[in-house]
Amino acid sequence: MKILGIAGSIKSRKTVLAVEAVIKAIKDKDDSAETEIISLGDFDLVFSDGRDYRDYEGDTSIVISKVMEADAFIIGTPVYQSSIPGTLKNLFDLLPKDAFYDKVAGIVTTAGSDKHFLMVESQLKPILSYMKAIVVPKYVFINEALFIDDQIVSDDIDFRIRQLAGETVRVIEVVRELKVKRESEFDF
Amino acid sequence: MKGYNIDESKGMEIGLYSLGDLLPDAHTGNTISEQERIKNIVQTARLAEEAGLDVFSLGESHQKYFISQAHQVILGYIAAVTSKIKISSGVTVLSTADPVRVFEEFSTLDLLSDGRIELIPGRASRTGVYKLMGISLRDYEAIFEEKFNLLLQLNRERVVNWKGKYRPALEDAEILPRPLNDRLIIWRGVGGSAASAIKAGFQGVPMTLATLAGPASAFKQSVDAYRLALDQNGYNASEFPVATTSLCYIADDTSTAMREYFPYMSSGFEYVNGRPFSKYLFAEAKNSKNTLMVGNWELIVEKILYQHELYGHQRFLAQVDFGGLPFSKIEKIIDILADKVAPAVRKETKKD
Repeated sequence: MKILGIAGSIKSRKTVLAVEAVIKAIKDKDDSAETEIISLGDFDLVFSDGRDYRDYEGDTSIVISKVMEADAFIIGTPVYQSSIPGTLKNLFDLLPKDAFYDKVAGIVTTAGSDKHFLMVESQLKPILSYMKAIVVPKYVFINEALFIDDQIVSDDIDFRIRQLAGETVRVIEVVRELKVKRESEFDF
Repeated sequence: MKGYNIDESKGMEIGLYSLGDLLPDAHTGNTISEQERIKNIVQTARLAEEAGLDVFSLGESHQKYFISQAHQVILGYIAAVTSKIKISSGVTVLSTADPVRVFEEFSTLDLLSDGRIELIPGRASRTGVYKLMGISLRDYEAIFEEKFNLLLQLNRERVVNWKGKYRPALEDAEILPRPLNDRLIIWRGVGGSAASAIKAGFQGVPMTLATLAGPASAFKQSVDAYRLALDQNGYNASEFPVATTSLCYIADDTSTAMREYFPYMSSGFEYVNGRPFSKYLFAEAKNSKNTLMVGNWELIVEKILYQHELYGHQRFLAQVDFGGLPFSKIEKIIDILADKVAPAVRKETKKD
């Protein structure tokens, strides 16, 4: 099982920290989990032009392969103009439309104000659902005020991150069972 | 449908198409050589003719796991070893080629084959060939439409004056040789959406509709949109044939067919499309209203006739060699198609 943490902006230190915190909590829960974290700012991605996802080259192809090979994701996103960053949307646009079929997605958001706490519901979840992800219902929203010296200084967020990690691991287990049960339905 | 060499009094045409894939056998993991696969394709066309099928079509692809890059050459060879069966490309990647050259090649093939050649221009679903030939992807749609329309003009006019963006202008150009009956039969290949079908109607060309899987009724929108577009653009829709294409596997009973074929179809999809084929979608094949042509021969007949009722189409092309199937299986499916399916379908669809 491969869990890929994605920090979905070019430059948001807090989003990277948030994704790292969730991935660490997953490792605490299940140290057999194979995890990796990528920050989209570390890759030179081209804009999607609608071609087959296997026809991109360079960094774009590297990131696409990492996503296609993962079984689950922790998607970290800041809030830009009341939505996800274009960087993250571009990653989704680069992928085939059922790229997340049978894959689990947990979400962590960072933002400068609490006023956008429903952004995930209106902006990110519809995309993940369209791409067939099984989304862990409860996500974690972190106000930037709760980061001090690269640390999350809120017990509440700490607990929530642990809940998200635990739920993500459980949902991955359930999806594994779902696949077995689905297979048993067919005689071919 | 005289202009298209289709005699509806004989009933629907039944034929084969191949995309020229070269894939490992899903059971053994072995891949035959490129040479063997190319020769098998020629043999498939030969068997199709001997069995009395109407059409054999081969598509061009420049990706890994395909051997049909020089499809015109293979079609030429097929023309030489057959004498009755219609021979078509499906598709010829026109966007990265020169329409003048394509017309010259297919006209020549038409003369050599005594007028049996047909052509379907396409854009290629992967981008490798664009890189290979140095063609920009930026104008993907515009390049195709311009080159397609030029090809149609070359077919229509003996002396051509033409100016466009993606190829040097033609001034009083005479493109030779001319096809046997002065015109090539050129179809438009149409995928899932009605938008492409409407373009075929605007151009006044016959349509080959890919109906891979899903409810047959969903493709009726494209057929209706096509005929409406023909009528609205001054053509008579009843003069234009429609063809459909489907993956096809036939065995003695439907559940055997499904069990035997799924591994090939699914691994074939993994190689060609990157992901395996959904079992939920595949399970629907046993329903006669689903377009995936997998089952016993009676079910295949039922599906074609049901679709004929919906679309009123003139031709059905089956892809029987996908996914690294052993040649012995391909031979068997051709036999059943020719001996059982084609006679039953022709009997029910022939017009007085």
